[in-house]
Amino acid sequence: MHNKSLTELATDLTSGAYSSVELTQYFLDRINQYDTNLNAFITVMDEQALAMAKTADEQIAAGSAGALTGIPMAHKDIFCTDGVRTSAGSKMLDNFIAPYNATVVEKLNVAGMPILGKTNMDEFAMGSSNENSFYGKVKNPWDLERVPGGSSGGSAATVAARLAPVATGTDTGGSIRQPASLTGITGIKPTYGRVSRFGMIAYASSLDQGGVFGTSASDCALVLQAMSGFDEKDSTSSEQAVGDFSASLKDSLQGLKIGLPKEYFEEGLDSGVAKVIEDAIAEYKKLGAEIIEISLPNTHLAIPAYYVVAPAECSSNLSRLDGVRYGYRCENPKDLQDHYMRSRGEAFGDEVKRRIMVGTYALSAGYYDAYYLKAQKIRRLISEDFQQAFETVDVIMGPVAPNTAFKIGEKSDDPISMYLSDIYTIAVNLAGLPGMSVPAGQANNLPVGLQLIGNYFEEAKMLNIAHQYQQVTDHHQQMPTAFEIANINPSKGGE
Amino acid sequence: MEWETVIGLEIHAQLMTKSKIFSGSSIAYGAEPNTQANVVDLALPGVLPVLNVEAVRMAAKFGLGINAPVSQNSVFARKNYFYPDLPQGYQISQMDLPIVEMGHIDIPLEDGSTKRIGVTRAHLEQDAGKSLHEDFAGMTGIDLNRAGTPLLEIVSEPDMSSAKEAVAYMKKIHALVQYLEICDGNMQEGSFRCDANVSVRPKGQKELGTRAELKNINSFRFVERAINIEIARQIDIIEEGGSVVQETRLFDPDKDETRSMRSKEEANDYRYFPDPDLLPVRISDEFIEAIRATLPELPEAKKQRFIDEFSLSDYDAEIMTSSRPLSDYYEIVASGSGEAKLAANWVMGNLSAALNKDDKNIADSPISAEMLVGMIKRISDSTISGKIAKDVFEAMWKGEGDADSVIEKKGLKQITDSGAIETMIDEIIANNQAQVEEFRSGKEKILGFFVGQVMKASRGKANPGQVNQLLRKKLKA
Repeated sequence: MHNKSLTELATDLTSGAYSSVELTQYFLDRINQYDTNLNAFITVMDEQALAMAKTADEQIAAGSAGALTGIPMAHKDIFCTDGVRTSAGSKMLDNFIAPYNATVVEKLNVAGMPILGKTNMDEFAMGSSNENSFYGKVKNPWDLERVPGGSSGGSAATVAARLAPVATGTDTGGSIRQPASLTGITGIKPTYGRVSRFGMIAYASSLDQGGVFGTSASDCALVLQAMSGFDEKDSTSSEQAVGDFSASLKDSLQGLKIGLPKEYFEEGLDSGVAKVIEDAIAEYKKLGAEIIEISLPNTHLAIPAYYVVAPAECSSNLSRLDGVRYGYRCENPKDLQDHYMRSRGEAFGDEVKRRIMVGTYALSAGYYDAYYLKAQKIRRLISEDFQQAFETVDVIMGPVAPNTAFKIGEKSDDPISMYLSDIYTIAVNLAGLPGMSVPAGQANNLPVGLQLIGNYFEEAKMLNIAHQYQQVTDHHQQMPTAFEIANINPSKGGE
Repeated sequence: MEWETVIGLEIHAQLMTKSKIFSGSSIAYGAEPNTQANVVDLALPGVLPVLNVEAVRMAAKFGLGINAPVSQNSVFARKNYFYPDLPQGYQISQMDLPIVEMGHIDIPLEDGSTKRIGVTRAHLEQDAGKSLHEDFAGMTGIDLNRAGTPLLEIVSEPDMSSAKEAVAYMKKIHALVQYLEICDGNMQEGSFRCDANVSVRPKGQKELGTRAELKNINSFRFVERAINIEIARQIDIIEEGGSVVQETRLFDPDKDETRSMRSKEEANDYRYFPDPDLLPVRISDEFIEAIRATLPELPEAKKQRFIDEFSLSDYDAEIMTSSRPLSDYYEIVASGSGEAKLAANWVMGNLSAALNKDDKNIADSPISAEMLVGMIKRISDSTISGKIAKDVFEAMWKGEGDADSVIEKKGLKQITDSGAIETMIDEIIANNQAQVEEFRSGKEKILGFFVGQVMKASRGKANPGQVNQLLRKKLKA
C-alpha cells in the first residue's frame, strides 16, 4: 500500500478497497513504527488526520471526491496550520499554535488530504543537512548515520521511508531538491510565484518557494496542481494561469533539447555522482533528446550572492520573533533590551544567529552598496545566463548536489563546506526558475538525483521530462529496505 | 550678530482609507485595544502585506495637489528597528523611490505677498501601534489598532525662515489634504502630525547650521512656540561660543522647553532595503488621469473664484478658503443669502468668535450654513436690524431654533411702521425740549441722543434708518 501511486490510492479509495480512515491509520502506524529512528516528524496529528479522513470518506461516499480526496500527506513544519503548533524547527516557535492556515495548507485541505503531521526541518529553513533543528537531527532512511539533506529533510525522509505518500517542502536555495536527491525521491520547486507564500514562515522572501516531494513525477504533478495558483494574500504570487500539470506527462521527448552546463561538471563533483548523471543523460538520448553543452558563466557567483541576499532578508524577516506577542520569551527580563537580547539569544540556534548577523552586516550603512546591491546585480547576471541558455535548449540538466548524503556531523562545524553543497541548486532560486530532483540511481550505495531546470512556468514540461524518464527506469521506485515491511493490517486501522 | 533661521517640516498625514495600508483591518479611531488587529497586523509568522490601492490613489491625489510628478515606479522598503509596538520589527516605508516627487505650495506672508515652499517628496508608510506606559504598573500595554494605518509623510525643503512661515506652510498642507479628502486633519487624534528640522546661521552665510529635529509639536500653536524656543536656544548656544549638536529634541508644552531625546550617535541604522514581499508600485498614465478627473477645486482656484464671484478682498478670500469645511460653509451662506460681504462678515466675525469661544470646529457649528442664510435674509429684507441680528444669532447658537422662529418667539421683528415710530418720536420730543433746542441751535450731534431714546423706547426694534430720517424731519420742523 505504501508503494502505490496517488492515482492507484485514489482508485482504491473510490472502489472501497479501503477507506481513507484505514489508509490514514496505516500511515500513522508506519510513522509510529519507524519515526523513532528517523525523527522526521515534529508533530504527529493522529486525531486531526483521522477526522479529516472521515470527512474525506463522506465525500467519497457522496461521489464528490477529487483526485486527492482521502490521500494522507505531511506538511513541512514551516506551513502554518490552524490550531496546530507550527515551529519552523525552532525553540522560538515551540509554543506557537498557528491561528490560521497557510494558503498551501488550505488548498490541500480543500483537496481533501488528511494531514498526518508536521515534518522536521532545519531551523527556519536554514541548513542543508537537517542538523539545525531544535527537535533534533533527521536521519537519512538509506543510512541512519547520514543526513537526509535540508532544509526540508523531515519531509524528504518521510516520503523516502514511505511514511506518507507525499509531503510539502520549501526551497530557498535547494531545500527541496537537495534532500530529494539525498533520499532518492522526486521533488519539485516550481517557479517563484507559482505557489502562494502566505502562511509559509519566511526565511528569504524573494527566494522562498513551496513545492512537493513524492515518489514519482506524476504524483508530484497532482499535488503541485492543487497547491498552485494566484493568491490575493501574496502580492508576489503569479497571476499567470496554472496549466494542467498532468495533461502532458505522456508527451514524447523526441527532439527535446537538453542543455548541460559545463560549470556543473567541473571540479568538486563526485565521480560516482557524475557517472549516474551521465547514465541518466544517455537514457534521455535514447528517448530522443538532443544534448547540447551550454555555459552558465556566473555559476561561481551564485553562492556568494545567495549568502548576502538570503541572510539580509532573513535578518529582517526574523525581527518579528521578539517574544512580545508570541513565541519564546526569556524569564524575568530586566528591561526591554534584556528582553530582546535574551529571548532571541536563548531561542535561536547557531546557524540562524550566524545568518542574522551576516545579513544585518550586509545591510548596514556603508556596506549596503558593496554587498546587498552587488548581490542583486549578480542575481540579474545569473538570470540572464539562464535566459540565454533557454534560447537554445528546452531544459537544463545536471547534478543536484556534488555528493551523496554525508555523515551526520561531518560538515556541521564547517559552514562553508556545507554552503558549497548547494552550488548547483542556489542559482535556480536566485533566478526564480523551477527546478526538480529526479532519482537517477546510486553512487556509494546512496541515492543520486538528476536536476532538471526549466524556464519560467514550465513546470508541466519539466514534469513530462521527468515522467518519461520514470517510465523507462525504476530508480524512483527504490526504497530503503529497512522500511519495506508493512506489518500492519490496514483493515484493523481506524475506528 | 544677525541670525537667519532655516526650517523644514516633516508632516505625517493619516490617510482616510477604510482599511489599513497592508491589511483589511479597519482604521477607525477609538476602538477597544487590539480589536482592529488581524494576523497581518500582529505580524504572525508567515503573513504577508498586500497594498491597499486606495492609499496609492490618495497619495497620487496629493501629488497632483502640489504640482508634483507622481512616480510611475515607486518601491516599498523596510526600515528595520526593534520596538514593542512595531510588530514586524520593521516599518514598511519608502526610501529611494517615493510615490510623490518634488512639488511645491505657496504660503501667504504677513506683508501680503506669497512665498513658494518646495515639497521635496511624499511617501507612503505604515504607522506603528501604541505603547501605553501609564495603565499597567511595571508593564507596558501594546495596542496594535493603529499599527498599519496608512500615512503619507510629506517632507518639505528647508525653505521656511521663521516659525510663522512654518505654521503658514503647515496650515496650507493641512487645508490641502482636507480639500483632497485624503486626511481628516484631526490633530488631537494624531491624524496630522508634524516634526520640524530647525537650524540657525549668521545672516548671509551659505552653509546650513547644524539642525535639531523637534518632535511632539502637534498643534499650530506648539509648532510656532517650539520653533521659536528652539531658535532662541540655538542662538544662545552659539553666541556663548558653543555649537549646536545634531539631535532629536522633544517639545514639552507644559515646561515650554525642548529637551534632548537622542543624539545622532544614538540614532538607529535602519538598514533600509526593498521589501521583497511587495512588488514595485507601477502607476499608469490612465490611473493618474482618472484621479485628476476627480480632483476637487483646490484652495488657490477657490480663492480666486471667491474674489471674482463674491468680490471678497484677497485677505478675506484667503481666510475663507483656509479650510474646506469653512469654504463650503461660506459658499452656502454667500450664495444662499445673496449677500456675499455680509456673509463674510458674519462668518469671520460672530461665527468664528463663537466657535473659538466654545472650542468647536465649523463642522460642529450649532448654526448650520442654512440657518445663517435664513438670518442674513432677514437682515437684508429689514425684518431685523444688524444689532437685533446679534441677539438672533446668540439664540440660534443656544439651539433655540432658526432665525424666523427666534424672531417670532422673541418678538424681535423690526418696527417699520412709520406711524408707530412717529408716535414714539413725538413723545420723546415733547419730553426733551431742552435737547430739541440744542439741536435747533445747530448742535446736530445731539441727534444721537434722540436715536438712542427711540431705540430704547422700541426696545431696539425700530428700524434705525427710518428713525434717523423721521427724527431729522421732525426736529427741523
